[in-house]
Amino acid sequence: MAVRDILDEGLGGLQHNFLTGRIEDLVNWSRSRSSWPASFGLACCAIEMMATGAAHYDLARFGMEVFRASPRQADIMIVAGRVSQKMAPVLRQVYDQMMEPKWVISMGVCASSGGMFNNYAIVQGVDQVVPVDVYAPGCPPTPETLIHAIETLHQLIEDGEIMRRRKETGAGANVHIQEIPAGSVSTPVILGAR
Amino acid sequence: MTELITATPGATAEGNQEMRLRSDLTAKEVMREVGAVLRMSEKDAAALSIDDVDVPEDQSMIINMGPQHPSTHGVLRLMLELQGERVLRCKPIIGYLHTGMEKTGEDLTFMQGGTNVTRMDYLSPLNNELVFSMAVEKLLGIDGDIPERAVWMRMLLSELNRMSSHLLFLATNGMDIGAVSMMIYGWREREEVLRFFQKVTGLRMNHNFIRPGGLAADLPAGWRDDVLDILDRLPDRLHEYDILMTEQPIWRERLQGVGVITAQEAVALGATGPILRSTGVPWDLRRDMPYLHYDEVEFDVIVGSYGDAFDRYAIRLNEIRESMKIVRQILDRMPSGDYRIQDKKVTPPPRARIDESMEALIHHFKIFTEGFKVPEGEVYVGIESPRGEIGCYIVSDGSSKPYRMHMRAPSFVNIQCLPHMMRDGLVADAVAVISSVDPVLGEVDR
Amino acid sequence: MTDVNNEAVQAAQPAMRYGCSVSDSRGQVVIHPTRENYIATLKALVDDTFVLCTDLTAVDYSTYASRVGKPGDRFEVVLNLISLERRERIRVRVAVPDADPTLPSAFDLYPGTEAMEREVFDMFGISFSGHPDPSRILMPEDWEGHPLRKDYAIGRIPVQFKGSPS
Repeated sequence: MAVRDILDEGLGGLQHNFLTGRIEDLVNWSRSRSSWPASFGLACCAIEMMATGAAHYDLARFGMEVFRASPRQADIMIVAGRVSQKMAPVLRQVYDQMMEPKWVISMGVCASSGGMFNNYAIVQGVDQVVPVDVYAPGCPPTPETLIHAIETLHQLIEDGEIMRRRKETGAGANVHIQEIPAGSVSTPVILGAR
Repeated sequence: MTELITATPGATAEGNQEMRLRSDLTAKEVMREVGAVLRMSEKDAAALSIDDVDVPEDQSMIINMGPQHPSTHGVLRLMLELQGERVLRCKPIIGYLHTGMEKTGEDLTFMQGGTNVTRMDYLSPLNNELVFSMAVEKLLGIDGDIPERAVWMRMLLSELNRMSSHLLFLATNGMDIGAVSMMIYGWREREEVLRFFQKVTGLRMNHNFIRPGGLAADLPAGWRDDVLDILDRLPDRLHEYDILMTEQPIWRERLQGVGVITAQEAVALGATGPILRSTGVPWDLRRDMPYLHYDEVEFDVIVGSYGDAFDRYAIRLNEIRESMKIVRQILDRMPSGDYRIQDKKVTPPPRARIDESMEALIHHFKIFTEGFKVPEGEVYVGIESPRGEIGCYIVSDGSSKPYRMHMRAPSFVNIQCLPHMMRDGLVADAVAVISSVDPVLGEVDR
Repeated sequence: MTDVNNEAVQAAQPAMRYGCSVSDSRGQVVIHPTRENYIATLKALVDDTFVLCTDLTAVDYSTYASRVGKPGDRFEVVLNLISLERRERIRVRVAVPDADPTLPSAFDLYPGTEAMEREVFDMFGISFSGHPDPSRILMPEDWEGHPLRKDYAIGRIPVQFKGSPS
């Protein structure tokens, strides 16, 4: 169908001057490209999340620079940081206030599994409180890793894979991604250079 | 299979920690929450704000700000009692990021302690590691034997960290007050410093690089050029921020006279760092109780005079300039030598030697599994972090793990200034005040 | 003869400052008031320009290797003070027994200890009499137990690593 043609070949794939496609495809396509994150930055990962939204790594090109403070206007909740016992009910409350369809990225090892803090104070994995779709490892994950996680999620949304996986697991999509270590990407851009 | 923990919405268990209605409190308790308990006599305190104590119940409203809120700098929860737009009382409730780091610290060896401690103040992690390492070295008795190069490298990293932390302050402060583009500019500069850290330590944040005995590795080749690059790029941009913010009338209106605290009050509340310096007290541990080689470099201590949020902003902006001055002097004076003490009991051997020498292998094994033993005793070391005095109190019982490790976090103490600063201000000023105190909740809650 | 004896005896006396015994810990001055003269000592310190209290914390000595089996109080509350004028630090260590874990609050002399004393109560269970707001600060209100005590387990859960035999 025509929407698939465009996705595969760009505007050169247009055969006529009108498009036909399934509504599902269009909806998934637009959802994946304009998903707004709910700001749930807790600790060090929040700083890297802010760095990802800043000029060097620029989440805006993925449609996500608008961090909505109100969960009712957000689609993705990026749980960035360690969740303490006192914070867990708040996390659940914010998650419940989000409108469907909603997705959760667990950013960092503390959110994914408790991280290095295997003790009384930290919830050992945010998936004990909310269903998680993508786990991004790292302490903190480099901005490249976070973008990889976000793009993985976007791909899942666009394909419709995510709904299928959720039906399988009964909870979140449970996708684990590989960490992209710091400095492994090529020469960085110096912004603002004269 | 883990079970989902469901909580009833709104049922967080804070009970006593929340702010109580004015009618439930005695007059003395109200005055305390208003902030008027600072070594004043009862008579003076009562004369301070008679009208605040007698606000009728139906004219005031208690609202909750946080813990999930875009401008509380992390998970700080504030309960504000408002009369219209005016803040009457304020009570911060913390603990939403409590990680049990002090308990974890008792479970990790002294070599591993850096990984734990570095995540407390995650905006200046090298300073956390530095104070921890200094405390351990003092207990070991090797604090006078750290090689010169290691000391100067520590100073370099600490000052660069101060610069990156203050740049982040400029970014978040700007965004909170409304200059949203400042967020992007501040992060742009910060990336330069983080890139240098990545080259030297391997990580952008939470480096675990400053360890007891020295540092984990030497500076890589070409580090001088990278640092000079940063030092060349920053002054013009700081000047741009001066034009964008300092000289701008809206900025001044929003920050001058907001969040005023006097010197006596700041000292009584235990505040240190830019808060104390903004009141006019020229207390900077780098100058008054020098550690490392800060007594051999020249720099100015920036002091404010009004104790308001504008002074704190200006102090931090100029501290970036002073840090650049110090870094330039360090560049000239960096000696060659070892980057860590050669004491075999404390420092692991170089990796190449492990293949050759049995003794090196055994030492490596012992240090990384059991850890090195530290003699009995207790010690407190305090240094100047971007937020104030960060201190590390370690009690050792002769084993390889700290018996008790306590970090004196500057933000934990500085947050006590909030009720006093916010009193009688507007709600919009509340955001400006929190931002000017620059708390990092990781070290508040530990 | 007696003079030499007296001198030797005097040299052997522990030094006293502000009415308490003094010790030296890696070059840092530490004084040890008792619970009874704790507030009086703090007042003397405030009058002697130690106006900034940087830290108030506690230690649980119940499993300390060299104190096990010996008489002594379980807890110790530790304060670190700074004199801005003289640029000096001093440490104050007060012993607090397990049977009656209370101590007068330093809040009236150092209002900055409000949050610090709440943290000590939360983590160790030591109550400070005269503290204006004795509630938990870091743990949720209904938490049971005091986490930094030595008889409180760290709360580690068993972790299975990928690929390892269970």
